[in-house]
Amino acid sequence: MKQTNSPKVLQGTVGEGLEQRGITRREFLKFCTALTAMLALPPSMASVMAEAIAKARRQSVIWLSFQECTGCTESITRSHSPTLETLIFDLISLDYHHTLQAASAEAAELARTQAMQENAGKYLLVVDGSIPMGDPGYSTIAGISNYDMLIETAKGAAAIVAVGTCATYGGLPKADPNPTGAVAVSDIIKDKPIINVPGCPPIPVVMTGVLAHFLTFGSIPELDDLGRPKSFYGETIHDRCYRRPFYDQGKFAQTFDDEAARMGWCLFKLGCKGPVTYNACATTKWNDGTSFPIQSGHGCIGCSEPNFWDAGPLYKALSMPVSATASMLGAAAVAGAAAGVAITWHNRSTKASAKAAHEKVTPQELLREDK
Amino acid sequence: MNHLDLLTFARGDALNWALILFAAGVVLRLFEIFGLGRKADLAKPRTNSPGSGWRTVFTRSLPPQGLLNREPVTYVGGYVFHLGLFATILFFAPHIEFFDDLFGISWPNLPSALVDASAVAAIVALCVLLAHRITNPVKRMLSGFGDYLAWALTLLPLLTGYLSFHHLLFEYTLMLSLHLFSVELLLVLLPFTKLFHTFSVFISRWYNGDIFGRKGTAS
Ligand code: SF4
Ligand code: SF4
Repeated sequence: MKQTNSPKVLQGTVGEGLEQRGITRREFLKFCTALTAMLALPPSMASVMAEAIAKARRQSVIWLSFQECTGCTESITRSHSPTLETLIFDLISLDYHHTLQAASAEAAELARTQAMQENAGKYLLVVDGSIPMGDPGYSTIAGISNYDMLIETAKGAAAIVAVGTCATYGGLPKADPNPTGAVAVSDIIKDKPIINVPGCPPIPVVMTGVLAHFLTFGSIPELDDLGRPKSFYGETIHDRCYRRPFYDQGKFAQTFDDEAARMGWCLFKLGCKGPVTYNACATTKWNDGTSFPIQSGHGCIGCSEPNFWDAGPLYKALSMPVSATASMLGAAAVAGAAAGVAITWHNRSTKASAKAAHEKVTPQELLREDK
Repeated sequence: MNHLDLLTFARGDALNWALILFAAGVVLRLFEIFGLGRKADLAKPRTNSPGSGWRTVFTRSLPPQGLLNREPVTYVGGYVFHLGLFATILFFAPHIEFFDDLFGISWPNLPSALVDASAVAAIVALCVLLAHRITNPVKRMLSGFGDYLAWALTLLPLLTGYLSFHHLLFEYTLMLSLHLFSVELLLVLLPFTKLFHTFSVFISRWYNGDIFGRKGTAS
């Protein structure tokens, strides 16, 4: 892996780097074709993209990890197109990433500040993990609080990519009762373009695809109202799920290993949150396009949606109440009965007093009125 | 609040409160009705007709002779709407999951396409019945705000359910939340509107049958 405390090596263009590593133009074009398909661009864009990337300087990237589990980094190391190697050796210059970099301690922090100075206004900032606002001591790097490091590093960034549900929406740390006061990157930074790449973790090719888009066009992809690239988060898992015909027919697995489950019927009753989850799992899939959770027999848990941890039990069907119970209904009925008794008592006493107050009219009185 | 948060609220706190008000409201109304009581009928019954009330509960649920000719819209519309509504509420797989979770009982579901057709039938019937209510002078005269409110409260869950099932109008998560909110509105208002006939219809049928039995026209 590259020594990250020497950002000066990054002067050449991507094309030069490719040549040095003996990658032919044909191979590179193939890679760009895969990218265009992934980004839902017309195939003719592949050569344009190849030109653009080859001419581009390797993009300086600073990756900050806050309250996270390293799952997002684990995921991106499984990227297959482009592979992590292609990405960090040929396309970008990963100047700071405290899990992947070889440098440590002061040298590591020096790499970050150097990259910030040398590429001021141009570097891409990638963030995974949420930021604790409760007490800065909950999470620090080299004695610097996450909040301070984010503010300082965001200042000179061209754009920010929030990677994973923690950085995009707060994620697990933010789940009720949110002990650290965790917030998302977009809760703090308001004056920079932010691309949200949610998922717990995000699909590796979605992360690398977003980076590739930025390299090719020098701009951020089209985003939806939650800041997610539309090309990857435009449809729900359910929209593209291969089990969808079974859902439409009302054919559901009842348990994880019944006959219906073995026949590949829909997992809705087992808690699948695919209908309300926007992500690309059903199309790009995981592990080099091998499979995705639903294909391996488990429902979607909605990991790329804001606050999915607090959106009801994972194994409850979407149409089930989150917390209502029959005993709650029973208690309400008892309260209703008590109120009913009170109202009945009131009605009866109204009736009784009306009866008591009723004055009998005699025929003489009526005759008198007639006169 | 994003759409998923809204859905979580709709499935969570909002639903809990709606169910609490519904259960309390229904029991309260039943107490109110029964608590009012009736004076004992001291007259000698004209016919000795045990079970007349119970038989009426059953016979009045069947179409009476001649009604089809006299009131075809009310007749057909009424049956189509009620049957469509029951099929939709009780036999759509996700709905059964709801009852299963709450009461621990479940039953087989109908194919979704059939439920879909039932919902459409119920919606169409509701619209036809509304048009009839407005154009028929007698019905129009008899109708008040309560009738139109009951109509709207019933239509909304059917309509939002249909739209969310077909991913129409709004984004699905939002549409599903709206469906739940419309059901919750219905639950809260049901005990206090004409929709309470859901619970009182058989009580009043029994009472009618019984009283008419005593008056000499036992069923
Ligand atoms: S398994 Fe999940 S995503 Fe797939 S059809 Fe069923 S509910 Fe939809
Ligand atoms: S299937 Fe759902 S829970 Fe699983 S990774 Fe994809 S979005 Fe996340």
